[in-house]
Amino acid sequence: MKYLLLVCFPYLSLFLFLSGIVSRVVSWAKSPVPFRIPLVSGQELSLPWVKASRLESPPSKGWVVLRLLTEAVFFRSLLRGETFRLKGERLIFSNRRYLWFFSLLFHLSMLVIILRHLRFFFEPVPDFVLFLQQLDGIFELSHPTVLLSTVLFTSALFYLLSRRIFDERARFVSLPSDYVILLLLLSVAITGILSKHFFRTDLVEIKRLILGLLSFTPYVPKDVSPFFYLHLLSVCLLFAIIPWTKVVHMAGILMSPTRNLPNTSRRERHINPWDYPVKVRTYEEYKKEFGEVMKAQGLDAEERGD
Amino acid sequence: MQRKEVTEERQDLLKIDYRTPRGGWFPPKVTFKRGTYCYAAPVKHAKNLDLPFPREWQPHDLDWKLPENWKEIVLDGMKRLLKKYRSFKLFMDICVRCGACADKCHFYMGTGDPKNMPVVRAELLRSVYRRYFTWTGRIFGRLAGGRELTEDVIKEWFYYFYQCTECRRCALFCPFGIDTCEITMMARELLNMIGVNIQWIVEPASNSFRTGNHLGVPPHAFKETLEFAVDEIENITGIRVNLPINRKGAEVLFVAPSADYFASPHWYTLLGYLMLFHEIGLDYTWSTFASEGGNFGFFHSFELGKRLNAKIYEEAKRLKVRWILGGECGHMWRVIHQYMDTLNGPANFLDVPRSPITGTVFSHAKSTKMVHICEFTADLIHHGKITLDRRRNDKWIVTFHDSCNPARSMGLLEEPRYILRSVCNNFYEMPENTIRERTLCCGSGAGLGSDENIETRLRGGFPRAYAVRYVKERYGVNLLCCICAIDKATFPTVFEYFVPGVEVAGLHELVGNALIMKGEKERRVDLRGEPIDVR
Repeated sequence: MKYLLLVCFPYLSLFLFLSGIVSRVVSWAKSPVPFRIPLVSGQELSLPWVKASRLESPPSKGWVVLRLLTEAVFFRSLLRGETFRLKGERLIFSNRRYLWFFSLLFHLSMLVIILRHLRFFFEPVPDFVLFLQQLDGIFELSHPTVLLSTVLFTSALFYLLSRRIFDERARFVSLPSDYVILLLLLSVAITGILSKHFFRTDLVEIKRLILGLLSFTPYVPKDVSPFFYLHLLSVCLLFAIIPWTKVVHMAGILMSPTRNLPNTSRRERHINPWDYPVKVRTYEEYKKEFGEVMKAQGLDAEERGD
Repeated sequence: MQRKEVTEERQDLLKIDYRTPRGGWFPPKVTFKRGTYCYAAPVKHAKNLDLPFPREWQPHDLDWKLPENWKEIVLDGMKRLLKKYRSFKLFMDICVRCGACADKCHFYMGTGDPKNMPVVRAELLRSVYRRYFTWTGRIFGRLAGGRELTEDVIKEWFYYFYQCTECRRCALFCPFGIDTCEITMMARELLNMIGVNIQWIVEPASNSFRTGNHLGVPPHAFKETLEFAVDEIENITGIRVNLPINRKGAEVLFVAPSADYFASPHWYTLLGYLMLFHEIGLDYTWSTFASEGGNFGFFHSFELGKRLNAKIYEEAKRLKVRWILGGECGHMWRVIHQYMDTLNGPANFLDVPRSPITGTVFSHAKSTKMVHICEFTADLIHHGKITLDRRRNDKWIVTFHDSCNPARSMGLLEEPRYILRSVCNNFYEMPENTIRERTLCCGSGAGLGSDENIETRLRGGFPRAYAVRYVKERYGVNLLCCICAIDKATFPTVFEYFVPGVEVAGLHELVGNALIMKGEKERRVDLRGEPIDVR
């Protein structure tokens, strides 16, 4: 049982995660991009004296990369956040950036947490991980230090969850799976906190477990807290379902044709791989119907002898 | 109608309930209330275009007379589209339902209908995708957000995907760039496969296929109309401008949306084009065969879009022009900028566009070989090639509406503003959340500018109208300038309802007013025939 939970599950979930993500990305990549359809959010590079907005309307691949980076790292589109309200005979727009703030907080603190966990994966622990951990624990509140990322991650999660419960529009668009994923993340966070701060687990044993898994010489630790089991189980479950739920957006963000194409649609020709000939109305057919009137009106270039 | 009644009716219309109903969006229930939906395509026009399953039916009918194997056709079509478009496949998979797009849609703002939130609009299609194309949906069904494909779902698709103007505003706010326009296009492709489409798209497309333009104007009527414009210009300016039609060997082929020569206030923009081209001595030609820049086929399917678009390059080749200039139009420029070269290129029989007046090479259009008239005119003004008298537009206090497609698909933001500042003295921007890339749609794009769905159109146009109202109250704005034929057609109605007293004009109407032509007589009236009041 222990072996199943501590060894089989991690391997299985990693396998499902990797194979799932690869199959997802491959299936997207298999469908071509027939048209160059970037969504432009600034002035195009046109006349030399018109100031172009290269980040918003990328004129080259380099600028596309920058645009995607700012999107993936700073969530620029969410930063545009606005909302409206109808007040009597007035329509009022205002900026609203909570979603941007909390999702950025959520993702960044998650990144820090993942990086922090690298200390279980390497021996010796890389310097940057130690540094990050020190930085993360800058507020020495208790022992062991409550890390900033933990607090931020959990509060961001609570925001995202309560938004889906209390915000009428967010609740309306939410599917059961949206809650399941948030709850799963919350369970990862809570079991992690519990096994770190309240039901302390022997970290050396856990590191041996992980290093064993990594080197394919599984080691089953003697005594671990039940909360660690739950923690690991939640993580495994999360990883396993990522490819088959919306969490797969992490792999898709860079492939979005409205964002990853330069606005060079008139500058360079884009090829549609499945293009096929269609039935058109040729000038000859048109002339067959309207030739007489065109001739009478002097609208036929051949007749006129241009 | 009496002013008071309109005000009351408007207040009624704007009692919008933004609360979300209980029970979520899963039940596919649609009520076809008159005034909110478009009528079905007439058999004659569907047949003219060889569209599948032409038949007599209407959305308010209980029985839509779908083909027997409609479900199979739709699912099979979906499978094919998923293989053809990465955008479709990706956008079906990666939405996290964060709701960033939810309150960005003008139809949501105007109706309060939660299914008009872009995320839910997409979920209407996504739920069927999940049910039939993902293993989670096949196994867990509704729990995984999967929904059975039923006739009610088809009706719901029809209602909501013909209540999206493909304006792409929501995509701007999406962290993944999920573009509801793409999704709406896919849904419409699917609906068309079972012969479910609307009159206001199929009829213009059929006309355009046959006569070269959406309005079905035959060559002789085209000529007469343009001659009428020449007469009108002569009355106003004393100058008889040249009118080259179907002329071989001209340097430039000019293509405009057909509304420019058949509707008002587009008409005054047409006068502006003709005057400008005459004044700078442009060696150009109109074409009767390619007498339409717009492309309603694009609102129907990839294939019909391509079929209609083919005329432009074919005509450019036949007339042996060097490059193509395009008039003021919205979705026309989406097609030209992002699709034409791919659809019907390569245009290697044309030269890289070069302004014969200023020598400027438009290298940003070096493959497609088609230049937007705003780029062309801005370049003329920048090089001081035309003389303008701003004061002739002094009676107008102007604001500028960015048309969705030039703004969010091209990035044509500065050129029109540069021109506007050069031709008028009073220009005020609307609030920043409603202009440039954040511009709000007129509510009638993507083939929805019909009469029978007037309530939906008014509701869709209301956010824009209220932004106009703001600058009207603040700066006394009395003219909205725009560069889209659908805008020009729909805003007069929308404004009459929401902001009476604001007129609508194309940019080149104002250019025509300000343009000092060599040898012209003293201008007493503007292009509308109204007295010029130089302050």
